[in-house]
Amino acid sequence: MLEIGLIIRALLRNKIGALLIALQIALTMTIIVNAIFMILERQQQMERPSGIDENNTFYLTNTVFEQDYNLQAALNRDLAMIRKTPGVVDAIQINAIPLSGGGWSQGLQTQPGEDQDAIGTALYMVDEHAINTLKVELILGENFAPEDILWRASGQTTWPAKTIITKAMAQSLFPDDWQSALGKTVYITQSQPIRIIGIIKELQAPWNGWDGVERSILIPYHMETTGGKYFIRTEAGRRDELMPIIEKALAESDKGRIIRRVSTMEETRERSYKRHNATNKILTTVIVTLTLITSFGIVGLAIFSINRRTKQIGTRRALGATKWQIMRYFMVENFLISTLGIAIGCIGAVGLNMWLVKTFSLSPINIDLIVMGIGILFVVGQLAVLYPARKAALISPATATRTV
Amino acid sequence: MFSYYLKIAWISIKRHWGLSLLMITAIGLGIGTAMTTVTVNYLMSANPIPHKSQQLYYVQLDSWDVNDPYDDGQNPPDQLTYTDATNLMKAKKAYRQNVQAQAYGVIEPEEQGALPFMVSARANSADFFAMFDVPFIYGGAWSNDADVNKEQVIVLSREINERVFGGENSVGKAIRLDGNIFKVVGVIDHWQPKPRFYDITTGAFNESEEIFVPFSLIAEEKIRRSGNTNCWKPSSDGFAAFLASECIWTQYWVELRNEQEKQDYMSFLNAYVEEQKRFGRFQRPLDNRLSDVMQWLENQEVVADDAKMMMAMSFMFLAVCLLNTIGLLLAKFLGKAPEIGLRQALGASKATLFSQYIIESACIGLAGGALGLLLAQLGLVAIENLYGEYMKGLASLDANMMILAIALSLLSSVIAGIYPTWRACNIQPAQQLKSQ
Repeated sequence: MLEIGLIIRALLRNKIGALLIALQIALTMTIIVNAIFMILERQQQMERPSGIDENNTFYLTNTVFEQDYNLQAALNRDLAMIRKTPGVVDAIQINAIPLSGGGWSQGLQTQPGEDQDAIGTALYMVDEHAINTLKVELILGENFAPEDILWRASGQTTWPAKTIITKAMAQSLFPDDWQSALGKTVYITQSQPIRIIGIIKELQAPWNGWDGVERSILIPYHMETTGGKYFIRTEAGRRDELMPIIEKALAESDKGRIIRRVSTMEETRERSYKRHNATNKILTTVIVTLTLITSFGIVGLAIFSINRRTKQIGTRRALGATKWQIMRYFMVENFLISTLGIAIGCIGAVGLNMWLVKTFSLSPINIDLIVMGIGILFVVGQLAVLYPARKAALISPATATRTV
Repeated sequence: MFSYYLKIAWISIKRHWGLSLLMITAIGLGIGTAMTTVTVNYLMSANPIPHKSQQLYYVQLDSWDVNDPYDDGQNPPDQLTYTDATNLMKAKKAYRQNVQAQAYGVIEPEEQGALPFMVSARANSADFFAMFDVPFIYGGAWSNDADVNKEQVIVLSREINERVFGGENSVGKAIRLDGNIFKVVGVIDHWQPKPRFYDITTGAFNESEEIFVPFSLIAEEKIRRSGNTNCWKPSSDGFAAFLASECIWTQYWVELRNEQEKQDYMSFLNAYVEEQKRFGRFQRPLDNRLSDVMQWLENQEVVADDAKMMMAMSFMFLAVCLLNTIGLLLAKFLGKAPEIGLRQALGASKATLFSQYIIESACIGLAGGALGLLLAQLGLVAIENLYGEYMKGLASLDANMMILAIALSLLSSVIAGIYPTWRACNIQPAQQLKSQ
């Protein structure tokens, strides 16, 4: 059936040639499977929602340099001015921007005391407009009331009495029943009580590489700071038009400060994942190039072996072999070599992954990907051999009658 | 003889131009990929201050929480508390010492109509400049006394001097920073160590700062600090309480000229921590570290994981390209069996044949290497564009890398050529001649 025995015997006469191709296929499979795995992992990370309305938001940094500056008055004035600008939905002062890379973290614990385990979380110091400005979804409990918002002096280490936390944070604090977090008092900086008055669906921390990126909490503070940020949401589609208007209005209203780093959430996301994107592009290039090289190798060697066997093929044709039978010979031959290569490739792929897991603490590979790799390489092999095999099939039976 | 072989190789390469082109492309791609990643790794792990990297030491003390050790107890904290840094500074036990932190401020140029602008700053000690070989255009470092007396002195980068003073010698002039008047004592030339070893905590490949001011001005609130702050013990309100807290946010470097000085300094640190233990601080076991520049860069894992992974993969890529070349060379040389048989029958020795075919492989290798260099150059440009600022200055081929690329391609092609050549030399002439 399918002359397999015959083909194997023929292959054994040129072991090295076949083995070289098989090894190429094996290495290609090892690399491709792991590269695809790394790409998918990064893509998953990038697809996690930040929880905020990224399309219609932007922020800016307000750096005060004048001495004896009234920070409280300026903040109230700025927020009132921004909020009443036509086209602006809402605005807040905030200490850090999700995904931006820079922010504050603290630990929350369910029991007070310095020997208790605390769960790390990102802090966002905001007022009662935060939920509307960020457009996060409050799924349980209530928002801060205007009177909950306190002034935080620079260097202050005490905390307000209330907080709103993300669902992920609630799940970490109360693994058995996250909804039970509502109304509970937990402890910040080891011993200060703080009560959970609301739970929001999602809001990412500033650090995309942190495994607790979904854990963040809102603290009802207005900050007296010389380096604050304003975060602004506009009506759909009006962001780009309003950015320069608000920057100008703020800069002109007060000469004791600099307004800088006006950027959109979209830019922040792009910057945040720039390295992810770059690595993915490089890995994709590697996969494509590698597949091309391996297929050209298969084509080159197949053409060569067909050239050497021209007379033999002609003889087979003269003895009654159909064109399809000739093509089939080379395709089965390639299939056998691919099988060997893919078998080694499976071991290689798992081996490389184990090394990556050990050295760079990547996660272990998924079996689906290996199956996919097997499929891809069989298809690539068959496609690569198609052209030489067709060429072989076109050899005229008359060749057999000619002497070289 | 050599030129004759070259001529034969050229004829042979031309005759099978498709196959040859395939091999050259394969080697070129393999070398190009490998060189791109090797270059990135090489530049990331470069020694930024080779002549004295073994005399500069980063100081670590384990002041962390006894209930929850820093880094699970693997390493002491990566920065010092303000209390410890200033205590070590006062003791002055090293040949040179520098305490530093990242800072920022707003400069208001005197000139009418010039807008105030933000600058990145480093708050450091006088010894910083001598320790790290910072090149000056005008003036020089401030004195140690300026540190102690909290003088408002400033060293500008070349760019800031251009911007504020039009590039002239500004030593002795006044500049307004965050509403305070500072006196310019020096202007430094462009200085960008890669990696920026002196402060890894705020990014090993970030740009060096635009201005430098005495560290002691932080406590005076004359300069605003930034950078990473890491705390474990709650403290009370206010800046004075913050300075006295267990928060770590300062980096400490010492220059020690020989092994003896290093040992002495280590004993001093141990004695210091023992003394502090008596005040109830430093409850963790004694774990003081002095790491020289390269040890510190390695400890902080400055070479990105991505870069290492890519390098491993690119070498596997090169292996595929080589296997490809071996297969194609084998096919090509075996295809010449009749010719080889004929030459042997006419008296060519195996050694002759061997050198001839190895030279042919080497020619293909060299051509592949040249293509590889070109591709590596393109690859690096692509990497710089894709990664942006993070890779700035880390993606350029130097002479070492070019030599390595050519050597690598020659070596790979010769290795790839050995087996096919050996097979070709062992062809039986009689059989070949018979079948003709």
